[in-house]
Amino acid sequence: MKVTLFATCLVDMFQSDVGKATVELLERLGCEIDFPEAQVCCGQPAYNSGYVKESKEAMKRMIETFENAEYVVSPSGSCTAMFREYPHVFKGDSIWEPRALKLAEKTYELTQFIVDVLKIEDVGARFEGKVTYHTSCHMTRLLRVASAPMTLLKNVNGLEFTMLPGKEQCCGFGGTFSVKMGQISEQMVDEKVMHIEETGADYIIGADAGCMLNIGGRIQRTGKPIQVLHIAEVLNSR
Amino acid sequence: MTMKIGTGQFKERVDQGINDSFMRGAVAGAQERIGTRRNDVISELNWEEWRSHGEEIRQHVLEHLDYYLEQLSENVAKRGGHVFFAQTGEEANEYIQQVVAKKDAKKVVKSKSMVTEEISLNTALEQAGCEVIETDLGEYILQVDDHDPPSHIVVPALHKNKEKIRDVFSEKLGYQLTSKPEELAGHARKKLREEFMAADIGITGCNFAVAETGSFSLVTNEGNADLVTSLPKTQITVMGMERLVPTFEEMEVLVSLLTRSAVGQKLTSYITVLTGPREELDVDGPEEFHLVIVDNGRSNILGGDFQSVLQCIRCAACVNACPVYRHVGGHSYGSIYSGPIGAVLSPLLGGYDEYKELPYASSLCAACTDACPVKIPLHELLLKHRQIIVEKEGKAPISEKLAMKAFGLGAASPLLYKMGSKIAPMAMNPFTDGDKISKGPGPLKAWTEIREFPAPNKERFRDWFKNREKGGKQ
Repeated sequence: MKVTLFATCLVDMFQSDVGKATVELLERLGCEIDFPEAQVCCGQPAYNSGYVKESKEAMKRMIETFENAEYVVSPSGSCTAMFREYPHVFKGDSIWEPRALKLAEKTYELTQFIVDVLKIEDVGARFEGKVTYHTSCHMTRLLRVASAPMTLLKNVNGLEFTMLPGKEQCCGFGGTFSVKMGQISEQMVDEKVMHIEETGADYIIGADAGCMLNIGGRIQRTGKPIQVLHIAEVLNSR
Repeated sequence: MTMKIGTGQFKERVDQGINDSFMRGAVAGAQERIGTRRNDVISELNWEEWRSHGEEIRQHVLEHLDYYLEQLSENVAKRGGHVFFAQTGEEANEYIQQVVAKKDAKKVVKSKSMVTEEISLNTALEQAGCEVIETDLGEYILQVDDHDPPSHIVVPALHKNKEKIRDVFSEKLGYQLTSKPEELAGHARKKLREEFMAADIGITGCNFAVAETGSFSLVTNEGNADLVTSLPKTQITVMGMERLVPTFEEMEVLVSLLTRSAVGQKLTSYITVLTGPREELDVDGPEEFHLVIVDNGRSNILGGDFQSVLQCIRCAACVNACPVYRHVGGHSYGSIYSGPIGAVLSPLLGGYDEYKELPYASSLCAACTDACPVKIPLHELLLKHRQIIVEKEGKAPISEKLAMKAFGLGAASPLLYKMGSKIAPMAMNPFTDGDKISKGPGPLKAWTEIREFPAPNKERFRDWFKNREKGGKQ
């Protein structure tokens, strides 16, 4: 199966290990990976700040870059949800709306793709450690992907899983919210970190670069002995 | 005449909220209690179907609002009631003041009503020389506590616990018993009985008016609305102009959605439906009935990008699900309408000058949209506000505008984007400490005040991928 990787700008610049793990994992599962160099950002930072005009430029580039792909897969729930939102953004635009719709229909978040398209529930991974998982708001509420990551994690050998209390609560990232409303964001991420600590887990696993940047950054700042991992890294470990 | 509460800038109010650990404990506890109960009772229904049905009813009413409002007024008039359309809050208050003057009323008892808070009716009544008594227990507590403003649209005194309430009652009412809820409520009940008996006018809000019959419904757990509508000789009901349904059939659906969403109950203790003034064979009820239908900016919302906000049935499920509300509390919003619905509604009714920060007081986590029983896309409406603030109101900070302009250019050009991300590690080098940035420049400053930011990877993912392709896969 041919997969075109939408790596996301955060992974491209700050979390290249996540990108590598995604490529290796998908290849191991029998996919052929392509990474179009022309990919930019999905436009979400500008779109969510009210700069719709500016964000549309990025969206158009992304549509052009990915529209010939068979499947587009991304290791980020929020960025995938943004692709799925494109037809709504271009509603009424006779040229871009149909193109956006075509792209949205073949775009999947990584775990969603593995479970729903590849129909694989056990990727044959082995990971020793006590973990908990952050569900991410856009992944669960906008993309409606909640069970796929759980299914995949459940089948990882050696992994000890504890459910995160208050898992449906936002971690306080929210893109520019994290800096524009820093004082509120701080309270939210602190409550999230407190819940992670309550589980006694050594690893917090996520499937969204933004949330991980936020939670990880706060954990690092407050010196907690908890490691942040992307689900691709866990599923790729043998 | 305003829906505004509190003073100070938004950020100051938020700081106050965040530093009020007592209030935050009360809010978090209430969110969890109500949230758990709600989840339990909605799981008994095919909730998504019910939500869709609720949405359909509300949308239908809004599409035919003129028709149903006319039908409602005709039917109220037919039953001998008086109907007044108030375009503004001032008009509504003036009309009610006139009724008060005509009746020479000295005392008004009220059941809970957000729209009367919105138009500051109590102040208007007091100016007219009338004593106003709130009879909903939560509202009564706030009134006794020197008019502390409501912090939640359904549970107005959510920010107080029973100990605080005992202190308020002791100080203001000479209360001498314990903080047991039964004793507190018993005391309030005794006091309120006297007020009910002495009141000249009863004023209520309206959960849903029924156009077909000219009736209106009140949903309470305390039964206070029944006394407000049966003891005083004159009754005035104040409703937001969108709060109606075609028939009892739709009312039943919406009441079911409302009680489950608001307090996690299948039914509340009292669901009262009243139609017009007392008739010949009735043993109680008012001799005179007035219905005041308030526009106060709602017509401007109708037919525009924000029409769906008028679907709201004021259940506060969005408030109870909101993580921002959880940490800052209701008073931070500076409006009687707080939480996500308040962040959408307040700028529409009160203007962007007063409420321009509220649309940004959301991480767009969409918990509100998911919780809404009539499917208002709340987080999308918040985004819409942001777009208007940027594009039409021009109220965004210059630095942000420039950054976004650069984003537009950079993100739209694959070449610029690639160059930008390539030089990032070098550009960030002076700020980098190993794998992290602890004191970032520009927009990173606010981030790094709270958390570490990762140093850009020396080898970007795209470079790794390209090299790997060249070198052949391992």
